[in-house]
Amino acid sequence: MTPDALTQLQEWIASGHKTALATVIATWGSSPRPVGSHMAVRESGDFSGSVSGGCIEGAVVAAALDAIKTGSPKVLEYGVTDEAAWEVGLACGGRVQVFVEPVTA
Amino acid sequence: MNLDNLKQLSSLRARKQPCALVTDTQSGKQALVTDSVVGDLELAPAILDTVRARIASDRSGVLDGGLFVRVYSPPTRMIIIGAVHIAQALAPMAQLAGFDVTVIDPREAFVRSGNLANVAAIIDWPDDAMEKVQPDMRTAVVTLTHDPKLDDPALCAALRSPAFYIGALGSRKTHAKRLDRLKDAGFSAAVTARIHGPVGLDIDASSPAEIAVSILAQVIAVLRAEAA
Repeated sequence: MTPDALTQLQEWIASGHKTALATVIATWGSSPRPVGSHMAVRESGDFSGSVSGGCIEGAVVAAALDAIKTGSPKVLEYGVTDEAAWEVGLACGGRVQVFVEPVTA
Repeated sequence: MNLDNLKQLSSLRARKQPCALVTDTQSGKQALVTDSVVGDLELAPAILDTVRARIASDRSGVLDGGLFVRVYSPPTRMIIIGAVHIAQALAPMAQLAGFDVTVIDPREAFVRSGNLANVAAIIDWPDDAMEKVQPDMRTAVVTLTHDPKLDDPALCAALRSPAFYIGALGSRKTHAKRLDRLKDAGFSAAVTARIHGPVGLDIDASSPAEIAVSILAQVIAVLRAEAA
């Protein structure tokens, strides 16, 4: 079985990679992954785990790379309730908040 | 997240100790909560009580004040009695679904010959083995041997435990006889009604793997119904 996101995160750190962690902190309506779901990201853009059914992972990876660069955490929100406000949507019609944080020494 | 918190968290999870990571999503400051609290985020006593209540009920989420609480609970367990064909399908399927699986069977040959290399096994009689595993309210117990000598002691132990799911393989006729024996052993009908028998959702499953799907689906349905 593939290791879970936190295990993967530690393995990447142990091999010297810079990493960030994305976590689903809130969901509304139908959303594919429950609160607490983790996705580990490393500076190459590789990721492990998921925060949706594949709909927003690309955008979250980009935000994670940004967090690695800036060293600052960020709360992201995705949904389809207001098309103008969201660059990336969830086909299921739900809405999710994702917390992205760099892993620091 | 800093590396110290991540390491501590991993070690707590490896020891299967429930805990919570509390995050101020504005600042990124965090506290790791067990019996003690470590980290750079200060928590008021009232908040700490709320966090501990959430650990007890395994509920992650954002608190009223805006803090995010991620609860890490040990995996839900599944205890399978009988290293039989259905167990060989059910054990890996349940593992994929995130269960911590243990197979109990006193017949070493069954355990060794089965395809159960990656599954924890206790080669012992179910009454002794059930004493060791101590089913709790996050444990499912499934008996698959068809043999009252093995199934019944496990079911008795399960009925005396707070296991969230108890299932027993066997036809309606077999199950009726089983209920008679358990009644003779002193279990009331209200208590034995906890047993799902015949085990599994009715999807007309026929092969061992299909029966495993129906059992796992029923276990998940019961688990989620309780959480709702």
